[in-house]
Amino acid sequence: MTARAGAAPGTNRGGFRAMRDRVSALAAGHRSTTIIVGWIIVATALPLLMLLPPFSTFQNQKLWIDGFANAGVFILLALGLNMVVGFAGLLDLGYAAFYAIGAYTYALAASPTLPWISLHVPFWPMLLVGAAVAAMFGILLGAPTLRLRGDYLAIVTLGFGEIVPAVFLNADKITNGTNGIGGVYKPDLLGYQFTLGNPLPYYIAMVAIIAVVMIFVYRLQDSRLGRAWMAVREDELAAASSGVNTVTTKLLAFALGASTAGLAGVFTAAKLTLVSPDQFSFAVSFTILAMVVLGGMGNVWGVAIGAFILYTIQSVVLKQLNPFFGEKGLNVPFLKDIDFVQYQFLLYGLALVLMMLLRPEGLFPSSRRKRELHTEQDENVGDELGPDPSSTPMEQT
Amino acid sequence: MSATVVEPGAGVVLQANKVTKAFGGLVAVKEVDLVIPPTSIVSLIGPNGAGKTTFFNVVAGILDPTSGDVTFRGHRVIARPVRAWFEPVVWVLPSVIVGVIAAIVYLATANADATAVVVLGAIGLLIVMFLAAIVRPGWYLRLLTAAGVFRSSRPNDMVKAGMGRTFQNIRLFANMTAQENVQVGMHTKMRANAADALLSTPRARAEERASVTKARDYLALVGLKGRAGELAKNLPYGDQRKLELARALASQPALLLLDEPTAGMNPRETAEMTQLIDRLRRDLGISILLIEHDMKVVMGISDRIYVLDHGELISQGSPQEVRSDPRVIEAYLGKPPT
Repeated sequence: MTARAGAAPGTNRGGFRAMRDRVSALAAGHRSTTIIVGWIIVATALPLLMLLPPFSTFQNQKLWIDGFANAGVFILLALGLNMVVGFAGLLDLGYAAFYAIGAYTYALAASPTLPWISLHVPFWPMLLVGAAVAAMFGILLGAPTLRLRGDYLAIVTLGFGEIVPAVFLNADKITNGTNGIGGVYKPDLLGYQFTLGNPLPYYIAMVAIIAVVMIFVYRLQDSRLGRAWMAVREDELAAASSGVNTVTTKLLAFALGASTAGLAGVFTAAKLTLVSPDQFSFAVSFTILAMVVLGGMGNVWGVAIGAFILYTIQSVVLKQLNPFFGEKGLNVPFLKDIDFVQYQFLLYGLALVLMMLLRPEGLFPSSRRKRELHTEQDENVGDELGPDPSSTPMEQT
Repeated sequence: MSATVVEPGAGVVLQANKVTKAFGGLVAVKEVDLVIPPTSIVSLIGPNGAGKTTFFNVVAGILDPTSGDVTFRGHRVIARPVRAWFEPVVWVLPSVIVGVIAAIVYLATANADATAVVVLGAIGLLIVMFLAAIVRPGWYLRLLTAAGVFRSSRPNDMVKAGMGRTFQNIRLFANMTAQENVQVGMHTKMRANAADALLSTPRARAEERASVTKARDYLALVGLKGRAGELAKNLPYGDQRKLELARALASQPALLLLDEPTAGMNPRETAEMTQLIDRLRRDLGISILLIEHDMKVVMGISDRIYVLDHGELISQGSPQEVRSDPRVIEAYLGKPPT
């Protein structure tokens, strides 16, 4: 009896583990379904969770949902940058440029306040057009930088990231310059008009876009192209000598990464109904990169969560800290005088430094990247200089 | 068998014709002629620094030769670029023509809008030509050929044409599994493109499944059965060499370039590798160009040996002929004392 009683919890645990294994196997087999189901659960749970005390005291549910829709933009951006940096290993510091191109594409096609043109192209087809235009510019940026790697590529992309907003700023006859393009038309769907007062439709649309993009990203990762990206990241010459066309492979990484940013740009323009050059500064590029690194480069769900966490900290938690420590809140003598939002980048910087020291593979590392960073000491395969000399034969005269 | 040869170069897998490669003043490879008949093992030997690997890199499309050319399976694929200056002209010429049309339109009609459209067309053409110059589709290459421009094949073009290679210092995709490494090797044999991947078409999925099975077959062929899931960098040294060979085989080459395939291996592994190379030729009909320092291996399996010293071909022939050539002995051991 005692033996059976002792065995019972064990079998229960075994049963639980077996069930978990079965669930994860099912999830791996039906990944697209898993993503859709996962996002439906998350998208339903989050707004409901915000009705509960610790969150509901910060701000009301509507503001939370609005914040989540904005966070979704950054999740999209992080998913796109992850393809360029995480999969193909091309360090892109000017990623916000494609975001800007997507946003301006929609604003130019759907705003009544432009001095030279007045169009109203519907939102949904413009999502695809914005993605296509951004992809084209991705290729145009990628083309001259194909021979560059690492630091050099980073500097060129940095320059591109500065050029694009500067062009939008200075082409004021076309883009209204510093004032930006206002009054951008909001989306409508089957007669339903999206409004500024109700963020829920934006939120739902955003979740749908993210789910689709995520499915695409996963499919790409496990495809012939995904392997080619990884091969180029690992060793470009060896990849070329295995038959990978490194030129088209890298251009496709730039193009597909940029198209995701284009989607995010179109969405932002339609949601804020205003596009101005200062929305796309270097700080944005840097923030997206920080999200990718924090979340775990190469891991699709990881970068999405990283983006969500960073955006929530930046736009919700930091803002709430002021009233929290302020005179109406705890009234802490020293902390109540600090404007926490101003220290946003200090906190980013600190988070990144700590991250690199303690968990260089990110919060949610891809299994591959984890092995990459933690087995370096164990390996003994020789290096750039060739194999271990003690193991080479002596015939070499 | 060779009695019915019609075209010149047929019956020869690869023919190098006076290949020279100079780095500044240093001539690394000097007028090397080399012929690889079908299903044969040809070895390239010589002291360190003789230019063997440089010759490999020229043949594989990594370096452009200073002069001379290489014919591979009947096509002249590698040579010093000819009229390369004309290529940029090809890029801008269409847009210049359209630009001239724009000027004519403006002068004739003074219609600013029409002119703007034509100018935009010219810019679009320029972008298309630049992209074509990078991606190099078939029509672009034909255009260049018609204009008399010649550029050597790129390494990936050579793989597509049927040449596989391994490296002297192993260059695997260290953080990918053995199976993925081999699957990358199959890249040219797979058809699924980005759109297939996005839509996850049945064709792409079937191809992906087939590639996994095939990759395991190649791993089994080189003796890495059961190690498909291991990261390349975690494999022992000898297995890494085998994996590199499996990756090269996965492109189903007609010619394999092996750069010191037994370097760093113990005698048992060396014997296995030698057997394997011999099998590849015998069973799969692959021709092999081999760089090797282990004379037992070279003398055992080569049909023909070329000896390089200071970039020059100093001897060639069957193993017996080369072994007794006084110049080869001199290159390896120095001049005999007189």
